[in-house]
Amino acid sequence: MTAQTEQTEQRTGDPFDRDDLPAPPGATGTLLRSLLSAHRVRVAVAALVLLVKEGAVQAGPLLVAYAIDTGVPAFRAGDHGPVLAVALGYLLCAALSGVLQYVFVRGAARINQDVLLDLRGRIFRHSQILSVDFHERYTSGRLISRSTTDVESLRELLSEGLQELIGVVLSFVSISAILLYLDLGIGAVAVASFLPLSFLVRVYRRRAGAVYAERSTAIAGVIVKFAETMNGIRPVRAFRRERVNETEFAALNHRHERSNGDALLEMARYVVGSRLVANTAVAGMCLWGAHRVASGSLELGVLAAAVLYMRRLYDPIDRLGMFLNSYESAAASLSKIAGLLAQEPGVPETTTPAALPARTGSPGREVTFDKVRFAYRTGGEVLPAFGLTIPAGQTVAVVGATGAGKSTLAKLLARFYDPTDGAVRLDGVDLRDLTTPDLRRGIVMVTQEAFLFSGTVAENIAIGRPDATRAQIEDAARAIGAHDFIKGLPDGYDTDVRKRGGRISAGQRQLVAFARALLADPAVLILDEATSSLDVPGERAVQRAMDTVLAGRTAVVIAHRLSTVEVADRVLVMESGRIVEDGAPADLVTGEGHYAGLHQAWRESLVG
Amino acid sequence: MPEKPVAPEPPAPDPHDAHDRSAVRTLLRLWPYVRPVRARLFTAAFVAIVASCLSLVIPLVLKWLVDGPVADRDPSGVWLGALYLLLLGIAEAVLFGYRRWLVARPLSGVEARMRADLYGRLQRLPIAFHDRWASGQLLSRGTTDLMLVRMFLAFPLTFLLVNAVTILAGYVLLLAQDWSLGLVLLTPVIPLVVVCSIFEGRYGVVARRAQDQVGDLTTVVEESVLGIRIVKGFGRHRSQATAFRELSGRLRGTELVKARLLALIWAVITFVPELAIGAALVLGTVQVADGDLSAGTLVAFLSTALALRWPVESIGFLLAMSQEAATATERYFEVMDAEEEPDTAPASGGTSAAPDRAAPGTTAGGPGGVRFEGVSFRYPDAPADSPPVLDGIDLHIRPGETLALVGGTGSGKTTLTALVPRLHEASAGRILLDGEDIALMERDRLRSLVSMAFEEPTLFSASVGENVLMGADGTAGEPELRRALGVAQADGFVERLPEAAATQVGEQGLSLSGGQRQRLALARAVVGRPRFLVLDDPLSALDVHTEARVEAALREVLRETTALVVAHRPSTVMLADRVALLSRGRIAAVGTHHELLRSSEEYAWLMSGEGEGGNR
Repeated sequence: MTAQTEQTEQRTGDPFDRDDLPAPPGATGTLLRSLLSAHRVRVAVAALVLLVKEGAVQAGPLLVAYAIDTGVPAFRAGDHGPVLAVALGYLLCAALSGVLQYVFVRGAARINQDVLLDLRGRIFRHSQILSVDFHERYTSGRLISRSTTDVESLRELLSEGLQELIGVVLSFVSISAILLYLDLGIGAVAVASFLPLSFLVRVYRRRAGAVYAERSTAIAGVIVKFAETMNGIRPVRAFRRERVNETEFAALNHRHERSNGDALLEMARYVVGSRLVANTAVAGMCLWGAHRVASGSLELGVLAAAVLYMRRLYDPIDRLGMFLNSYESAAASLSKIAGLLAQEPGVPETTTPAALPARTGSPGREVTFDKVRFAYRTGGEVLPAFGLTIPAGQTVAVVGATGAGKSTLAKLLARFYDPTDGAVRLDGVDLRDLTTPDLRRGIVMVTQEAFLFSGTVAENIAIGRPDATRAQIEDAARAIGAHDFIKGLPDGYDTDVRKRGGRISAGQRQLVAFARALLADPAVLILDEATSSLDVPGERAVQRAMDTVLAGRTAVVIAHRLSTVEVADRVLVMESGRIVEDGAPADLVTGEGHYAGLHQAWRESLVG
Repeated sequence: MPEKPVAPEPPAPDPHDAHDRSAVRTLLRLWPYVRPVRARLFTAAFVAIVASCLSLVIPLVLKWLVDGPVADRDPSGVWLGALYLLLLGIAEAVLFGYRRWLVARPLSGVEARMRADLYGRLQRLPIAFHDRWASGQLLSRGTTDLMLVRMFLAFPLTFLLVNAVTILAGYVLLLAQDWSLGLVLLTPVIPLVVVCSIFEGRYGVVARRAQDQVGDLTTVVEESVLGIRIVKGFGRHRSQATAFRELSGRLRGTELVKARLLALIWAVITFVPELAIGAALVLGTVQVADGDLSAGTLVAFLSTALALRWPVESIGFLLAMSQEAATATERYFEVMDAEEEPDTAPASGGTSAAPDRAAPGTTAGGPGGVRFEGVSFRYPDAPADSPPVLDGIDLHIRPGETLALVGGTGSGKTTLTALVPRLHEASAGRILLDGEDIALMERDRLRSLVSMAFEEPTLFSASVGENVLMGADGTAGEPELRRALGVAQADGFVERLPEAAATQVGEQGLSLSGGQRQRLALARAVVGRPRFLVLDDPLSALDVHTEARVEAALREVLRETTALVVAHRPSTVMLADRVALLSRGRIAAVGTHHELLRSSEEYAWLMSGEGEGGNR
C-alpha cells in the first residue's frame, strides 16, 4: 500500500528523477519479441527436445505396467523376451532422458546467453550514442542498473521460463483433454475452474507488475547512491559524510527491501489463492463424481481415473506462478530498458553523409557558426543568433565570465549538442552531415575533466587513435612533456592506471589527455579549460606542442589563464552569448575594453 | 549429500581447504546475518516439510475415497471424504503460502542488512583500497551477488533440506517394502555423491569467474558514462562498444561453460537413478515371476521410487545455486574482510618515531600549528624497492600562518595534503596539529578540525546549500552559508540558479561548470571556520577576475586559520606567507616567494616556465 502511495506521489515531476522514461505502448513486448525472433528455430528445437524428453520420462509407468501385465506371466512361461525388452526399454528411456536433458540445458543456455549478449550490447551501444546531456541526467548508476540487475531479471525468465511454460501448457492441455474425454461433466468443471484461476493470474500480474517496477526503480536508486559514494570517497571521508550517507543509503535500501518483500508476498498470495481454487475444485469434482457414481450415471473406473488426473491437472500451477513471477520481474525490467532504448539520440548520426573537401595546404579547416541559436533543456537562451567564422589554421582564444556561453560554443563545435537553429560548419559542411569518423578526424576536444579509463597509460593515450603504434604514442607523450613521468611509472607505458603504483595526479592526467588529442591529429582542436590543473611548465609544454606538432591547425582555446590566450592569433570576448570584443590580442590589450581589463588583472597576478 | 548450514559453527575461513568443504564453510559465514531470522527460516523449512507430506497424503485420500465409500455407494462416506479432501487442500494451500509469507520480509531484510553493512564498510576502508578496486567490482558485490545469496536462502537452503528429508523418508519406505530392491536403489548414491562433489568444485570456479566478469562489465558501463565526453570527443563509441562486446562475449562464454557443467550433472543425476530403477524393475519382475514378491508390493515400491525422482533430480540445480551463492558470499567477504583503518594508530603502529609517540608532552605545551616530523609515505601496495612518494618531510606551519606548497607535476603535493586529515596514513614520522599527534586522534575529531578542498571538486547529489554546509558539522546555518558563498564568490551565480541555494546539484542534479563546482567546494571548505585548512589548487578553474576577488576574500579567512595551500601559480602563492618547495618527495626549500624566486632555480622555473629548472 505504502509503495503505491509513494508511486503516485512520484508521478509528478521529471521522468528522469522518477527513473521512469516513457516508452511507446507495447515497447516491452516488441523488445522481447525482437530479442527472441532471431532464435525462433532454436526455441522450437529446444521445445521439441523438451517434449521428447518428457515423453521418455512418462514412459516409465507404462513400462512398469507392461512388466507386470506381460513380463511376469511370460517369464513364468519361460519367455524372457518381454523382461529383456523392459530392461532395454528402460535403459533406452533413461539414456534418452539423460541425453535430452543435457541437450536441452545447453541449448536453452545458448539461447539465453545470446539474447542477453544482444540485449547488453543494445543497451550499451544505445547509451553511447545518446548525448552528453542525457547522461548528465540519467547518471551512471541507473545505466549500470539497466545493464546488470535488469538484464539479470530477463536471464532468470529465460533460464527457467521456457521449461516452466512448456511444462505448464503441456499439462493443462493434455490433462484437460483427457478429463473431457473421460467425462464431459467433470472435464467441464475442470475447465470452468480455469476461470477463477485466470482471474487470480490477472490480479497477480497487475499487482506484481507494479511491485516489480517499483523494485527496479529502487535498486537503481541504491546503485546510484552506491556509485556516487565510491566515486567521491575522498570528500566523503574528509567531510565525515559516512553517517549521513548511511542514513540516506538506509532509506534507499529500505525502499528496495520493502518492494522486494512485497514482491515475495504477492507470490505467496497467489500461491494460496491458486492452491485453494485447485484443491476446492478437486474436492468438488470428487463429490459430484461420487454422487453420480452412486446414482449410476458414472462408472467407478472412470471416476478413479479422473480423480488421479485431477490432481495432476493442478500440479503445474506453482510452476505457472514461478513463471509469472519471473515474467513480471523481467517485464518490469524490460520496460525500463525499453524506456532507455526509446530515447532519441540528441545528436543523431546522419543517414546522408556529406564528404569533407580535401585539405588544401594547411592542415587546419575553416569553422563557421551560421546564425546559431542554442537553448538548453532547462530553458534560457545561451546563444542568440551567433555568427562566427574562424579561418583555417587560426588559433582563437575565447574569454569571458562563467555563463557567457564559452563552453556552449565549444560543445556545439564538438557536436555534443546540435544548434536549436542555424548551423555549425566545417569547411562549409554542416556538422550534422558528417559521419562520426569524419567528424572526429576533423574536430577533437580536450576538456577540463581528464578521465582515465581502466587499462594501461598507453591504451589511454591510444584512445586518440586506436591503430597508433607504440612509437607514435610515445612521440605524442614526448611532445607534451608527459614522457618522463610515464617512464617513471612502475611499468612505464604499460602501467595499469588502477594497479599498484599507477596513481596519477590531476596534472598528469591532463597531460595524458593532451597526448591523446595530439595523437588524434585533428584539423580543429578545442581546448575547454584543458590546462587548469597544469603548472606553468606544463602549460608551456602545451603551448610548444601547439606551435610545433599542431602548427597550422585551427584551434579554439577557452582558458582562464591568459598565458594560453597570449599565443592566440585572435581573441573573442563573450558576454551573455554574444561576442563583445574580437581582435588580435595585441590590439585588444591597448584598448579600453573587457580584455584589456582582464589582461591587466592577469599581469598583476603574475608579479609577486 | 547436500550440505546445509544448520549448526551455528563459528566461521573459520581457510582458502587452502579442500574445495568441496570450502563452499559449506563460506556459506556458514552468512550465519551472523541469518541468525536474527533463524526462527522464521527454520519454521519455514519445517512448514515446507509438513506441506510436502500433506501433498503426499492427498493422493492417498483420493485412493481411499474411490476404493472405499464410492465403491461401497456410501453417501455419507462420500461427503466425509470430500470434506477431508477439502480440509487437507485448504491446509496445504495455507501452509504453502505461510512458508512464503514467513520468509518474504526476513530474507529481503537479510539482503538489505548485508548491503548496508557492505556500504558502511566500504565507506570506512582505506582510500588506498578504493584506489585499487574498480567501483564496478564493488557495486556488483552489493547488487547481483547479494541477490544470489538471498535466492540461496529462499530456495536451495530450504529445499536441499526438504529434499534430503523426503529422500531419506523415501529410502526408509523403500527398504521397508523390500530391502533387497531398496539396496539396488541405494547403489547409485555413492557415485552420485562423488560426481556431485567434483561438479561442485568445478562449478564454483566457473561461477566465480562469471561473477568477476560481471564486475568488470559493470566497471566498463560506469566508465563509459563517466568518460562520455572523451568517448564522444574522440568519436570512440564504436571502439568502446567493441570492447564491451568482447567483455560480454567472454561472460557469455563463461556462462556457457557453466551451463555445460550444469547440463552434465543434470543428465547424470537423471540417468543414473533411472538406471537403478530400471534394474529394480527387472529384478522385481523376475522376483514376482518367481513368486518371491507380490505384484502389489512391486507397484507400491516403484511408485515410491518414481515419486522420489524430482527431489533427486532437482539436487543438480540446487547445488549449482548453492555454489553460486557460495562464491558470491566469498566475493562479499573479500571486501568485508579487508582491514578497516584503525581509528587511532596502535602503539606499535608502523612508524619509526614510536618511542616518544605517547609522550604526554606532545599534547600540552607542544609547538602550535601544523608540524611534519620526518614524515615519509609509500603506498601500502607499492613494491618494496620503489622510492617513497614522500621522504623525510620536516615542515612547520606556524599557528595562523598560510603555507603554499609548490612542486612539479607528480612531486607528491596532493599526497602530502592527504596525510593531514589521515586520508592516507604516514608510513613513518608523525604529524602534529597544535602539538597533538594526529595518529592518536580520533579520525572524526581530526577531520572536524581539518577542512579540505580537493583538486577535483566533487559535489554530492544534494542542494547547493547542503553541499556547502556539510563542511560545518550541522552547526552552521543560513548566515554562515551566505558568508562562505561570499568568500568563494559563488553567491552571484548561486542566486541565479533556478532555486538558488536549494537547487539540486551533483550527479542527480543540475551540472555546473568546473569553475562553479570549484567555488562551491571552496565554500564548503571554509564554511565551518576550520582551525586547519588544506586547499589543493583551489582556484585553478577560475577566471582572472573571479580569482582576484576570491583571493581578496580568502585572505580574510586565511588570517584566522592555519592553512596549507597547494599552488601552481604565482597568484595562488601570493595567498601564502611562506612557500615550501616539494621536489621528488622532499622539501627542497622553504622561504617567501621572493626568496625562493632568487635562491631556487627549480622554483623560478615552476613559477615562470622560463629557464631549465630542475632537471627535466
